[in-house]
This record gives sequence, structure tokens and C-alpha cells, in this order.
Amino acid sequence: MDNYAVRKLKEKIFLSFAWLALLLTAIILVVILGQVVYNGASAINIGFFFERPAPPGEPGGGIGPGIQGTVVLMALASLMGIPLGIIAGIYMAEFSESKLASAIRYFNDVLTEFPSIVIGVFAYTSIVIFMRTFSAIAGAFALAIIMIPIVARTTEESVKLVPASIREAALALGIPRWKTTLRIVLSTARQGTITGIMLSLGRIAGETAPLIVTVGFSFFYFGGFDKPVAALPLYIYTFAISPFESWRSLAWGSALVLVIMVLVVNIVVRTITRQKYR
Amino acid sequence: MKRPSEWRLSTASLSYGKELAPSFFYPTTPEYGGRRIMPKEITGDRVFTWLAAGIGSSVIIIIFLMAYELIKESRLAIDKYGLGFVWGTTWDPVFFEFGALPLIWGTLVTSAIALLLAVPVSIGVALVLSHFSPVRFRFAISFLVELLAAIPSVVYGLWGLFTLAPILRDYIYPPISSTLGSVVPILAPPVIAYSVMTGGVILAIMIIPTISAITRDAFAAVPLAQREAVISLGATRWETARLVMSYARSGIIGATILGLGRAVGETMAVTMVIGNRFEIPSTLFQPGYTMAAIIANEFTEATEDIYLSALIEVGLVLFAVALVINMFAQIIVRRSLKMFRGAVRE
Amino acid sequence: MAYKFEVEQVDAWFGAKQALKQISMKIKENSITAIIGPSGCGKTTLLRCFNRMHELVPDARVSGRLLFDGQNIYDDDVDPVKIRRRMGMVFQRANPFPMMSIFDNVAVGLKMNGVRNKAKLREAVERSLKRAYLWDEVNDALDKSGVSLSGGQQQRLCIARALAVEPEVILMDEPCSALDPTATAKIEQLIMGLKEQYTVVIVTHNMQQAARVSDYTAFLYLGELVEYAETVPLFENPRMELTEQYITGKFG
Repeated sequence: MDNYAVRKLKEKIFLSFAWLALLLTAIILVVILGQVVYNGASAINIGFFFERPAPPGEPGGGIGPGIQGTVVLMALASLMGIPLGIIAGIYMAEFSESKLASAIRYFNDVLTEFPSIVIGVFAYTSIVIFMRTFSAIAGAFALAIIMIPIVARTTEESVKLVPASIREAALALGIPRWKTTLRIVLSTARQGTITGIMLSLGRIAGETAPLIVTVGFSFFYFGGFDKPVAALPLYIYTFAISPFESWRSLAWGSALVLVIMVLVVNIVVRTITRQKYR
Repeated sequence: MKRPSEWRLSTASLSYGKELAPSFFYPTTPEYGGRRIMPKEITGDRVFTWLAAGIGSSVIIIIFLMAYELIKESRLAIDKYGLGFVWGTTWDPVFFEFGALPLIWGTLVTSAIALLLAVPVSIGVALVLSHFSPVRFRFAISFLVELLAAIPSVVYGLWGLFTLAPILRDYIYPPISSTLGSVVPILAPPVIAYSVMTGGVILAIMIIPTISAITRDAFAAVPLAQREAVISLGATRWETARLVMSYARSGIIGATILGLGRAVGETMAVTMVIGNRFEIPSTLFQPGYTMAAIIANEFTEATEDIYLSALIEVGLVLFAVALVINMFAQIIVRRSLKMFRGAVRE
Repeated sequence: MAYKFEVEQVDAWFGAKQALKQISMKIKENSITAIIGPSGCGKTTLLRCFNRMHELVPDARVSGRLLFDGQNIYDDDVDPVKIRRRMGMVFQRANPFPMMSIFDNVAVGLKMNGVRNKAKLREAVERSLKRAYLWDEVNDALDKSGVSLSGGQQQRLCIARALAVEPEVILMDEPCSALDPTATAKIEQLIMGLKEQYTVVIVTHNMQQAARVSDYTAFLYLGELVEYAETVPLFENPRMELTEQYITGKFG
């Protein structure tokens, strides 16, 4: 049967293409990670984590200020982004039928996908121009805007999973509804919410574009919330496009640190959600 | 890491709907109606309700505020250049002559290249992950693909700068350019490592996880009865895949538009590999520029108000493009998921 | 008389759970064979072994021999795609393709097999729809979506779809369980007409239906074939006590 042979051939072509696509994707991942580890590891020593970057062209130096700055920025962003995100998520879950909630849900998803550089420019126009200086606060503000929709969405999902019986039990004890929600419902939905927070931290740890236009650039350790601050992803960018071999090496080292942070977050999240939803 | 959109879509099936999430804050809800006689609690609840609604609305407010701020701060440029800004082809920070056409062109072309490369690959990946691989491997493979989404943009840029671009220039571009170049003028030699094409390739790699995760969910939602029907007619796996794809067509479209939205706004990786030359190049193997890239690259250098204002206006154009794409994408993705749920329940 | 199927000591599993135990039976050409039994007895699994649909379930396994026209369909070099082409299957719930018109729903199998000739397709679609007693109801609406039809019509559309590829065997998995009595009567009538050209195997939980339409009946219980005989004697005079208890409604 001729036609049968043709069909079988098409099937073979399809299967090889599909598996090739997957293989290609996996190879890209392995190559990127492999290169980051290979090039990054040679840049890393004890001093790498604490020293300031060496002046251009000079060997050695570290990315201490970048690590510190990123931690400061993430903490500051969390302070603003997490509470707002959680409450927005609670609202979406508890009032899921209301028109406002569906509008919020819709724009929340739009915001999730929004270009981070535009968010950075927004932070610039609203904070940097006002304060007349690049600052950690402006950067954290931009990062917080990126966090909110992620935290909100995961909080909503996990609050919705809390069984009605738990709320009713709390209400029956005479606990007011708002307390029930904040204490009992939220603590029951704790795991999902934490997952969302971790995901959002993993995302903002590597965000570079909004920082370029908000925090300036610094070779120094943190000196105040209203001052320019160093950041790991900015170090990667600046050092990578520099012509100096020693700085490029610092860029790879920073990339390794960043990638490890992000991967650890994701593997932990993945393990948690797998146990839960299996 | 799953980027937020994939996260949301793949956990969407876990939300149980309203029966598990009673809107019990409503004072009028019958089961709790008795509480109305306890004014103290009502006050607390009411305050909390308004507070939550206000804070929840912040995501909407942020978007409107963003539009307002961007318009306000680009006023200077808008007034000076008018609509000509959008099709102007000069970018001269010395004599203050600004037009954004090459940037818009660069953004659209890199995104188009990215979609052209990423959509077929993502559909292939999604088909394998949803139906054509042993079930026990699926969790692990999806995780690998999702890790690709977790890698920060700037790391892609670093890798693209030092590894991908040279490889493409030395081994991939020359054969393509020398064979197809005479037929398709935009692929003609010479080839440059840091070019529009490289920007498109790196974007493609970055949006594969987005597109494949959403199409995978759409494919997985195709009812078993549909697949069995076509298999029982003696379909090969390719014919089964065609049925799955045609059933999940709207999911593929939604995923593609979401991928487009991401490609349009992606900044760091493109900035690092596209060459950042302000012109509409004659071939894809020449350097170009994108809207996002010019903001990242020149923002801190812009000291004159009009220069800064022009850059913010570029941001405004990007804002508008991204807003339209994302609003459209969300509507389509929602509708397709709703359709799937309906079909599954049936 | 020739045997269409010869089942020889077939076992089937879902993971660790054995669904069929040492089934052996022969099915005659141009006959209607009913498989009955309480739910969970493995009757659907047996049916799905005939066209190798059972193995689509992850972790599902089959052992033993199942001869189709004398050829073991579980031999290593047999392509299930080829086997399934020669058998049509009708499912418990009508499953027309929602994104296709009525015409395309019937023509899809032929198109897959490379039939491109419009006239040929039209002719085949008309013939199949007529055989499924659906032609008169839909001939002016062939462009409409398949899911615009009523439940009974959808099921007959699915039967037409299975008939269009000119199979030798029709496998039916409780085809009437989701239908009302009128629609059921139509489909039963249709089934009885099919045996002139096809070998029909039908799984049903409805004993009256088995008695009405079939020539042979197999009674399955907990994965084992308890009794297999001509329909009339089996219902009037069962040899096994278990069969009698089942058909008199003592359990099930």
C-alpha cells in the first residue's frame, strides 16, 4: 500500500522533528548552564564574594557590593511588594465573583507580562525625577511592581484551595471574618503563598533592565536607600560589555552566582509543588 | 523557573471555582446574615473589604499611572516632533533630532524572527510533552524546559555575546547567507555576529519555554475521547497530532501572542547581541536597534531634557504596543482555556 | 464458517491490576457478538484489545494471542495503525470532532488514507450516512458542525464515520448508554443491519439489548470469561449458575 508508506514516512518525520525540537531545547539549556559554570567557576575565590571590583584592566577583585546591593534591593522590594501582592491575591480569591475582582485579575495578568524596562522608566519618572537622584528606593519600587502580580496570582490560587469547612470552623468560634481570612485562611494557604513569593524573588533577582534606569551604578557597598546602589545583574551587564578581560571574568562569576540562586529557588519550588499536587 | 504566566496557566486547573471560595465577606450572604447584628465585627470586615479592594486595585492603578507618567514626561518630545516621531529615521542627540522608526522596525523584526523560529520548535516540544512521550519522563522534561525560562535575561545576553553570536557567525550564517542570499535579498552577505538575526535567535530561545508551556497545557486539555476517536480510525501519530493541534488552535494562537508580547519587551539579551546601531539595515545579518535596547543603552547618558523626553516617548510607544498585545493575548488565552474546560466537563 | 477473531489465552493488565484473565474465544464472521457483564468486569478492556486501543493507556499490558483473520495482531512486526484501519470503533459517548463539519467528520478517515477525489468522498459520505440511517436527517446540512446534532444523531454520525473507511469489523462500546429509548431503538436496528457486511462486537450492560441484537453472547465476570454461547440458549438456558444469577438480576 503506497499511501501507507507515505503516512508512515510523515509520522517518522513528525516524530523526529518533535524530539529534535526537545533535544535542541535541552542542549541549549545544558550549554548555557555548562558555560556559566565553566567560565564562572574560574573567576570565583573567597575574595570574589567580598571584595570590590578591581579598577578597569587590573586583575582580581570581587563582586561583594553587587551581592549586597541585590540582597538589599530584594529585601526592600519584598517589603513593598509582598504585602500588596498577598492582599490583592486575597481580594481576587475571596471576591472572585465581583466585577472588580475580575478586572483586577485581568490587569494583574497583563502586568505580569509587562516589559520590565517600561516599569523601570515608570519608576524613573515617578521616583528618580522626584528625588533627583538614582536610588535603591527607585530600583526596589520597580522590582516591587514586578513582584506584585506574581505574588497576587499564586496567593489567589492557594487561598481558593482552602476548604470552606476551615473558614466555617473559624467563623463558628466567633472569630471575625477579616481575622479568619488573615490568620486562618492565609496560614492554611501558607505553602502556596510562600511558593509564589519565592518565584517572584527568583524573577526579580535577575531583573536588569529596570535597574539600569533607576539605581545608577556603584562600585561601593551600600550607602543609604537614597543613594545609587550596586546590583549583581548590573555588574554582569556592565562587565560583559566592557573591553577588559578581568571584568568579563567577573561578569561570568556574577552570572554563576545569580544562576545558582535562581535555580535553587526553582528546584525548591518545583519539589514543593510536586509533593503537593501529585 | 516557571515564569508567572506559565505558573498561572498550569495551576489554573487547581482552582476549584466558587464553591470552595465562598464570597463570605458580603454582608448580605444568607448563611452569615446573622452577623449583621454585631456592629463591631461588621466594621472590621467593612474596613478590611475596602482596604483589600483598594490594594487589589493597585494593579489597575499602576497601569493607568504608568500611562499618565509616560505621557507627562514625554510631553516635551511629543510637542516638538508630533507624530513625525514615529516615522522619523534620525537619532541625533547633538542637534536634538529624534525619530523612532528604526527602533520600531528593529523591535518588530527581531520579534518576528523569534516567533518564526520559536513557534514550530515550541509546538514540537509541547506535543512531545503532552502526548508523545512516556508519561514517567514528562515531569522531568517539562522541568528542564521550564528552567530555561528561569535563567535571567542578562545571562542569556552574556552567553549570546560570547558564545552564541560567534558560533552563528562562523558556522550557521555563512551557509544560509551564501545559498539563500541571492534569492532572498534580506539574507545576503556579509554576515555580522552582532546583528538583527542574532537578536531574533536569542529571543526565540527565550520565548520557547513560554510558548511551549501554554501550548502543552492546551494540548493536554484535548479530550481523550477525541484522540481515541481518531486513533481508532487508524490514525498515525502525526495524524493524531494534527487533530490535537486543530482542536487546540486557539491555545496555540494565544501562546504565540503572549510570546510576541514577551519578545517585544525583552531588553537585556537583545541589547547585548543586536549591535545597537541606529538604522534600518539592508539585511538581517547587519546590526540594528530596538526600542527596549535604546532605553537601556542611552537612558543614563541622556542629560538634556529633550533627549530624555525622546527616550521616554520611546518607552511610551513600547508601553502602548505591549499593552495592546498583552490585553489581546490574555483575552484569547482565557477564552481558549474556558473552552477546554467546557469540553472536558462535557 | 470462518472465524474473524480467535482469542487465545489473553491476559490484560492496568499496571499491577489484572483486568482480563486467560480469555479464549472465537468470533464468527458476519455475526453480532455481545459482551455482557457487571461494570468493572473487563468487557470494555476486552473490546479494546481487539483493535489494540488498550495499550494506549499508560502502564497497560497485554499477553496472549489474538488472531485476526489468522494473523496475531500482537506480533512484534504488526503495526496497530494498519489493524485499526480494518476495524471501526464506536464509543460510549458520541465523540464527533467539534471543529469539523458533518461531511468532514465522516470523510476524515478516508482523507487520512489519501482519498482526495471530491466525487469519491461525496459518494462515500453519502453511502455511510445512509447506512447509519442518518442521511435523510442531515443531507441538507452537511456543512454544519457535527456537534450541532442531537445525542442520538451524533452517535449515528460516529457510526457513519467508522463505516466510511470500509472496515471489516465494527467494535461498539456501550453505544446506547447515553441515549434515550427512541434513539437506542434506531441504533439497535442499525446494528442488526450491519452484520450482512461486517462482523460486529458490542459491549453492553443492557441484557435486553444483548438478547435483541446479538447472535452470540459472552458473559464476563471479574475478568474471566464465564460463559460464551449462542445468545438464545445462553439467555434461556444458561449452563453456569453465575450466568443465570446475572441474567435474572441477582447481582450486577
